[in-house]
Amino acid sequence: MFPRPIEKSSVGVQTAYKIFLPIALFIWLLPLLAIFMTSVRSAADINSGNVFGWPTDFQIIENYTAVFTQSDAVTYFLNSIKITLPTVAISVALACLAGYALAIYRFRAALPLFFVFIAGNFVPFQILMVPVRQLSVETGLYNTVTGLVLFHAAFQTGFCTLFMRNFIKALPMELIESARIDGVGEFRIFWHLVLPLVRPAIAALSVLIFTFIWNDFFWATVLTNGEASKPITAGVRALNGQFVSQWHLVSAASLLAAVPPVLMFFLMQKHFIAGLTLGATKG
Amino acid sequence: MSTVESTDNADIVAAVDNRSWFRKNRLAIAPWLFLAPAIIFFLIYVILPIFQSIWISFYEWDGLGEATWLGLGNYIELLDDDRFYTSLWNNLLWLFLFLLAVPAGLFIALFLNQTVFGMRLYKSLFFFPFVISQVVVGLIFTWFYNPNFGIVAEIWGWFDASPPSILGDERYVTYGIIFAGLWPQIAYCMILYLTGLNNVSPDQVEAGRLDGAKGWKMLWYVILPQLWPATFLAIVVTVIGALRSFDMIAIMTQGGPYGSSNVLSYFMYEQALSEYGFRMGYGSAIAVVLFLIMLVFISYFLWSMYQEEKGGH
Repeated sequence: MFPRPIEKSSVGVQTAYKIFLPIALFIWLLPLLAIFMTSVRSAADINSGNVFGWPTDFQIIENYTAVFTQSDAVTYFLNSIKITLPTVAISVALACLAGYALAIYRFRAALPLFFVFIAGNFVPFQILMVPVRQLSVETGLYNTVTGLVLFHAAFQTGFCTLFMRNFIKALPMELIESARIDGVGEFRIFWHLVLPLVRPAIAALSVLIFTFIWNDFFWATVLTNGEASKPITAGVRALNGQFVSQWHLVSAASLLAAVPPVLMFFLMQKHFIAGLTLGATKG
Repeated sequence: MSTVESTDNADIVAAVDNRSWFRKNRLAIAPWLFLAPAIIFFLIYVILPIFQSIWISFYEWDGLGEATWLGLGNYIELLDDDRFYTSLWNNLLWLFLFLLAVPAGLFIALFLNQTVFGMRLYKSLFFFPFVISQVVVGLIFTWFYNPNFGIVAEIWGWFDASPPSILGDERYVTYGIIFAGLWPQIAYCMILYLTGLNNVSPDQVEAGRLDGAKGWKMLWYVILPQLWPATFLAIVVTVIGALRSFDMIAIMTQGGPYGSSNVLSYFMYEQALSEYGFRMGYGSAIAVVLFLIMLVFISYFLWSMYQEEKGGH
């Protein structure tokens, strides 16, 4: 293990480490703590300039309810859910199929296709912006949840396929070969043999894509313009305009927007990290 | 089968034939059936738009009316546009400064790679900033930088100095935004390195110790080479993240003041879709330039992956 385990150091160093650890965390998360403290303040505190001191009174319930009652936050939240969940389902499903094909079959186009998926995943959004927006306008999908879902699902397919293909490639090939010799059809092999084995990869991708899409802001601004289909990220920005200098409400709304991905991370931490590192634990 | 009439018989034979044709070729056909949905989606929403954008960049077009052919007109105008150079320069700044996230992430990972009580929770909490939307991070820092009641004002106040308006000053604004962007990016690199450190071979570390290596030497000669996969991934995601930076700028300054914090991605959006008018052709030309810059990196990444693919299988 590197660095040397702290238990092998002197008691003094160990104590220093244990004291410094929470201090470092406190500094690291200071921005978050600050907005949390702000989100429970009263408007009076903000106006009198008590932004960083101890709140004079705690209005946690009042502020957080105000976000929902004084704005369209509920709609934004529902939109985010309506955009995120189908996107996750579609892109992961497409990637399971495509990743399976690219990992299992030997055909000449396999590697070039794989690289196209990877490369597509890295392109700047702006090179897609005008045509995708135009396509959405022409097909009546502009400013709809469906329009966002279809685009996100298509774009995320690149990353998901990369991930799935590598995961399936690492499975023992003999399993599939012997099933083929037994005369099991290709789709049945995929469905009954491979899918159960890739469940960890599906979980990892799902949490990761959930977070990516939930936090998307660019496409939300490009493909929507009304309240009807706006997700929470674009919503928070709109609220920022609406609640001018009501920092306690803006902070509360921001924190609320962050709750689902944070929950996702904490509940599915192992999968989340496996996804982020591209399952690259083989290194 | 003697009771079956002859016509039916022919059908059955044909069906069996079809089936066996599929059977014979199933290993050649099956991958395309599995790939079809993904390819169709990807083609429509990712591959074709790239070429359409390149095409549009040769036109003057407001997105509604007729498009007028300009040839390289948009690109020539771009070469003469100061805002373009400001954005390009800021993109370079983003690229170089954002890469600080890699060593910073390594540093925090080394600091946290211990097994004291509660370490798992500490690691997750350190990772927190990455999970939060950049919109929220942008809002938090906008408020911090506010010279009237932000934390910057507070700190400067301790020294009785008048605080700088970080986001309002052309000299500091880009650095201010990059600093905010580094916060989640460092967390990302940290988690990559923490996973990498988990996989470092203890034998080699022991062997290094026996050879008298420790501290920096150990890190440089024994640990870092083993961490290369993590480093590579960290560099990839950081470079892409730097060139993609949009959310923070849109939230914090909208490219201001006077376009001084613009980057190509936001400049493009501003030209093509904002109140400055709908210059789709000009915007697309900017997007193409950004795409070409990105292509340099993408090619390098693909090349590295190709080498690995060749070696690995």
